[in-house]
Amino acid sequence: MSDPTRALAFEGVGVALAGTPVLRDVSFAVAPGEIVGLAGCNGAGKTTLFRVASRVLRPDHGEVRVAGRPIAQMSPRDLARRLAVVPQDVAVAFPFRAGEVVLMGRSPHLGGLGFESREDVALAKRALEDLGVLHLADRSMLELSGGERQLVLVARALAQDPQVLLLDEPTAHLDLRHRTAVLERVRRFVATGRSALVVSHDLTLSARSVDRMVLLEGGTVYAAGPPAEVLTVENLRAVFGIDAEVIRAPDGAPLVVPRAVYR
Amino acid sequence: MRALSPRRVTGSLAVLALLLVAVLWMGIVAGPSPITVGQVSAALFGEAESGAAADIVLRVRLPRILLAALVGASLAVAGVLFQALLRNPLADPFVLGVSGGAAVGGIAALSLGATLGWGYAAVPPAAFAGALLTTVVLYAVAGRGGSVSGTNLLLTGVVFNAFASAAIVFLASLAGLTEGASIFLWLIGSLSAIRVDVAGWVALFLFAGLATALPLARNLNLLALGEESARQLGVDVGRQQRLLLLATSLMVGAAVAVAGLVGFVGLIIPHLLRLALGPDHRLLLPASALGGAAFLVACDTAARTLLGGRELPVGAITALAGGPLFLYLLRRHQHRAFAP
Repeated sequence: MSDPTRALAFEGVGVALAGTPVLRDVSFAVAPGEIVGLAGCNGAGKTTLFRVASRVLRPDHGEVRVAGRPIAQMSPRDLARRLAVVPQDVAVAFPFRAGEVVLMGRSPHLGGLGFESREDVALAKRALEDLGVLHLADRSMLELSGGERQLVLVARALAQDPQVLLLDEPTAHLDLRHRTAVLERVRRFVATGRSALVVSHDLTLSARSVDRMVLLEGGTVYAAGPPAEVLTVENLRAVFGIDAEVIRAPDGAPLVVPRAVYR
Repeated sequence: MRALSPRRVTGSLAVLALLLVAVLWMGIVAGPSPITVGQVSAALFGEAESGAAADIVLRVRLPRILLAALVGASLAVAGVLFQALLRNPLADPFVLGVSGGAAVGGIAALSLGATLGWGYAAVPPAAFAGALLTTVVLYAVAGRGGSVSGTNLLLTGVVFNAFASAAIVFLASLAGLTEGASIFLWLIGSLSAIRVDVAGWVALFLFAGLATALPLARNLNLLALGEESARQLGVDVGRQQRLLLLATSLMVGAAVAVAGLVGFVGLIIPHLLRLALGPDHRLLLPASALGGAAFLVACDTAARTLLGGRELPVGAITALAGGPLFLYLLRRHQHRAFAP
């Protein structure tokens, strides 16, 4: 069942953690060349979904496919060559330099003794350069700010050269300039026929940068479609429990302005 | 941006190897019986006029310093592996109580062996079993879910060590091993009553451990970002952990079986080398083997010669150096924002 329109597909995914269902029958797909935004309340299951997609967590029901192949049948290395994850943050246990961490993204592609080639170094360098943070390369990860660490992690995922990129709130700690740089970079990434799934709490920013949006509520898909259709007053009330105003920007993109907690 | 090149690895290892050779040479020459450099090279390189000097070199000092080197290498590499596995620079086989577990295994084999008529040969495998069991329990208690709190780890180690000391004294008393220096050896660590007959075991365990760990060095780097990140970069984390627990237990078991509880080598050497060479395990791991070997030979030479005719246990020297360093590391560790 290798459908070329489904670079990443969740098919009836269900997960229970310690007996509590966290994901229930989640089904949606990301097509090649597409950025899909994933949104929902804290605890709606977004991060869990990422953990399932990267095989850190085995789903109790359903399966995840990458380029049509069930990930359960791939080796960890195989999957890592096709799918990369940008976590919200990492705690680095030893004083590795930022450049070394980006080079770790080359790891699933290395063989033999596991030393990086000149091409690997060039790739890692470009990944940092693209985000405007090459100057961080020789700094210790332990000395970087949260935002700088986040940019290094995005660079690492890009150096991994995957087909599918999962980003978990990649812009949470970033200033406006770097936020825009990351989203532009993701857009160029999918322009080559690859795919990205982006979790974000900033719905307005997300609406501008993604092609489609999936709203998760109570561990299952509540709504999915183009941002302008998904971000409605009714959906925001049902999913986030807020009274919000949705304003149209001159180009038609929805701007979400929260007014009050819905009671 | 710098990447670790094979050339930098070989260069750094060559320097450490030279240092090790120099220390080994010092270890052979130094000692209470005056032996000239000429007599040593004569004994080593075959033109041995037989006699007291050649005997001391070949039968007393050489086996001892070679075993010291193997033990030092094992403990330092085990330290690096524990630190990588538990993502904590304070981990060390002695601090964690794994050496203590190995010693309990060794003493148990020794006391049982005394009644059943086994030789000393049962001690290294029993020490290995003790180390493995302790490591598994340690990992289950303190290392759940990949993120290990330093406090949990240290508390677990304290309890393991207290338990191990009690078990060692208990078992040794049961078997009547308390006379003389033998119990002392197990509790503080010494190379004075070294058993050359188990040198083969120790070498085998060390090389098996190294051969298991070295190909995983890259993955150890990835593990520094956390288990989840390592998985997402293609590491089969569970398999790797099992292999490394086996490797560390082999090395600690072997080291403890010949030298008892020599502490802190696995803390001091990786720390110094990480400062000098960086945290990349592809270099840190083999460098720690060479550095640990040189360090323990140097400490043992000091133990043999510092007090003139009388010998200090080498474990006393490593503990005197390692204790303060541990406290320093603990303090730095608390100050630094490791977690986001």
